[in-house]
Amino acid sequence: MSERDPDNKHPLEKLMDNPWLLLVLGVVIPTVSYTVWGWIELLALPPATLP
Amino acid sequence: MSIYNPPAGWFKAPAGVERLWVGLALTWCIIMSIAMPYWHFYGKQNPTGESYKVSVQEYGQRVAEFVKDNQVGDEGGIPIVEIPPGGDGYLLARMWSFYPIIKLKQGQTYRLHLSSSDLQHGFSLQPLNMNFQVLPGYDHVLTITPTSSGIFPIICNEFCGIGHHAMTGRIIVE
Amino acid sequence: MASAVESLPVSGNHQPSEVRTCETTSLPVCLTAQQFIRWHAVVAVVFLLIGGIGALLLGLTRWPAVHLLDAQWYYRILTLHGLNMLIFWILSFEIAVLYFAGTVLLNTRLASKKAAWACFVLMVVGGIMVDIAIMNGKSDVLMTSYVPLKASPDFYLGIILVAVGTLIGVINYLATIYIAKRDHTYEGAVPLVVFGATAAAIIAVVTVLHGAVVMIPTFLWSMGWIENVDPAWYRITWWGLGHMSQQVNVCAMVSIWYLLATLTVGAKPLNQAVCRTAFVLYILFINLASAHHLLVDPGVGPGWKIWNTSYAMYLAVLASIIHGFTVPASVEAGMRAKGFTRGLFGWLAAAPWSNPGFSGFFLSLIIFGFGGGITGVVLGTQQINIMAHNTLRIPGHFHVTVVGGTTLAFMALTYYVVPLIFQRDFYAKALCRIQPYVFGGGITLFALGMSFAGSYGVPRRHWDVEFTGSQLAMGFDSGAYTMLGVMGIGALVAVTGLFMFILLVVAAVFVGPKIAGQAMEPWHEERQAPADAAAVDEDEHHTPGTLVLAGVFLLTFAVYYFANWKWLSDVWEVR
Repeated sequence: MSERDPDNKHPLEKLMDNPWLLLVLGVVIPTVSYTVWGWIELLALPPATLP
Repeated sequence: MSIYNPPAGWFKAPAGVERLWVGLALTWCIIMSIAMPYWHFYGKQNPTGESYKVSVQEYGQRVAEFVKDNQVGDEGGIPIVEIPPGGDGYLLARMWSFYPIIKLKQGQTYRLHLSSSDLQHGFSLQPLNMNFQVLPGYDHVLTITPTSSGIFPIICNEFCGIGHHAMTGRIIVE
Repeated sequence: MASAVESLPVSGNHQPSEVRTCETTSLPVCLTAQQFIRWHAVVAVVFLLIGGIGALLLGLTRWPAVHLLDAQWYYRILTLHGLNMLIFWILSFEIAVLYFAGTVLLNTRLASKKAAWACFVLMVVGGIMVDIAIMNGKSDVLMTSYVPLKASPDFYLGIILVAVGTLIGVINYLATIYIAKRDHTYEGAVPLVVFGATAAAIIAVVTVLHGAVVMIPTFLWSMGWIENVDPAWYRITWWGLGHMSQQVNVCAMVSIWYLLATLTVGAKPLNQAVCRTAFVLYILFINLASAHHLLVDPGVGPGWKIWNTSYAMYLAVLASIIHGFTVPASVEAGMRAKGFTRGLFGWLAAAPWSNPGFSGFFLSLIIFGFGGGITGVVLGTQQINIMAHNTLRIPGHFHVTVVGGTTLAFMALTYYVVPLIFQRDFYAKALCRIQPYVFGGGITLFALGMSFAGSYGVPRRHWDVEFTGSQLAMGFDSGAYTMLGVMGIGALVAVTGLFMFILLVVAAVFVGPKIAGQAMEPWHEERQAPADAAAVDEDEHHTPGTLVLAGVFLLTFAVYYFANWKWLSDVWEVR
């Protein structure tokens, strides 16, 4: 990480310099992983077969 | 200085004690990441959330049948109902009681169904302090094995209106 | 005060009549931003007062020996307390923090005055609407308003207005950092505090989006325009609002730690890349932890629960453990550079403990880390949550994060906001100096009592531990009563600290001595380093005291974590 020329930034530093990309990732990751996945689990729930 | 723009070349790899600390923290996080899946497969207490969709009417009928077929006693007008070992039992949470009283045998395994006929409720088994969420429209199945005997009160620990504090039930284990 | 030479950009993009130079820090202050910072801060303190009166009444009700309110008023005041504290007080203060970080630290003007007006009006009107809806008795639904429990429509509408107002404020902040970059008002990367504030803003966007998705249908349902809102769907989506909003607090609080460490002792982060990486991990992963509330729910399975509750394999916890080291290490490095090099903890002993900005910040760090951080991860472990869900262990946890952590950090910052932004001085500075200790001590005692009572099984949000009127009798172990008493005493102490804060701030803001045009009086005298001290530490990575503190922290964490697994193995078997 430490050895680099100024025009060739580390990808992580580029990400830190880009609040808009961080915004997109920060919205998409939890929305997909938590919210949408959770909704899909609910939709996929089978009806109870009460014996 | 955290309130000024950092000097050029601020982006560098951690060194010294900081590097050591990041390593320790990462190790601890990996240990914790392994613990939950490990316990899921090898531990005895897992809230897997096995559940099904059910209508309030269907579930109410099923509770009524369960009580009719398996009632073994009565306490103050509340039926005491024994689940056959290995079988299914149905507990109804409603404003403001858990119905009926459930009777179990220590060391046997049961499928205990939980659902609500009105609001959200909380199934809280005392004094063990085991807690599960109860929702209307959802049949929440706990595959449960009592490992101790006695009288275990159930209390509601999800707010369900003005009588919430008086909402109790009971599991008896012999 | 910090040496102000590092890299102050020259021009900025201000109109000359729209900016002043701070006499204390030499930083440029946008006057529009200053106006809105003041208003949001004042409104925040009003909401804090409402919530604080609620806190007193609730503490005196759940203390069984007092049991003040009746059941209906207990739930009504609990609804009021939750929303005013967790949402209105904190969001209002956070908007003020965003406006400060976005403009002052980037030497830019606020992007839009109109948007700032819209944000302010919507947040205030929405908050008042919700409070009226609660107090007129038709919305006793608690903060979570779990369906099918139904409040009056103005309750939901008020929350929607607050959320929209917040979103406008956050977008105004993002627009401000955009124009700062466009107008080249600064060089290089943004300051660390701004980076942290941006993380908070990004998390606020996700939060508000979830709030809109859950609250709009619920509002329509309360109007009778749609038939049904599914309770499990509501829980998943609502916690996208309810829990994520607390992650906004975490980011704002950590940013304020860095800010106050700089303002009070001239702290130096060892490596900003590490601190910033930790904020990136927050942005990406911390919001998955909304699953903490659904670990013993029906509807969602073990894969979803384990993945989300672990913040994607604990990457956001890694971030917190990193901040827990880098923040005190920055203080230690700053103090050692000034010559306080004696022993492991000479730097800590010599720290300005009489400065409420420092004591509030450091107590917040300790209380949040040892109290809130550890309990949060342990209670959020999928299986251990069986022994914690909806018991008093949960509010025991979040009163040390949001109150002992976030609120105390905000209070500490206020001791600088009033002189620097309101340009007024405090009265009764001796009281200011002890206020953080009273509040921090009280809330710690309160949360300990609450957590241990929860371990006895005492439920949260419950009016009567005697279960008066129940068909099947139930009672708790006498130990639970002792712990509820500890909680009650802690509540009284904490509320005392809270009212001290409000009185001191209100007196200073409205009738305090005006200090416009002069530097603020420092909260502490710079101490001279001891003459016999070793030479100034040249090695900026020499922070042995912090390493020891952090080691104690990790050990405490591990002991509590494994003890809980042991307790879990003693309860009935369940799948």
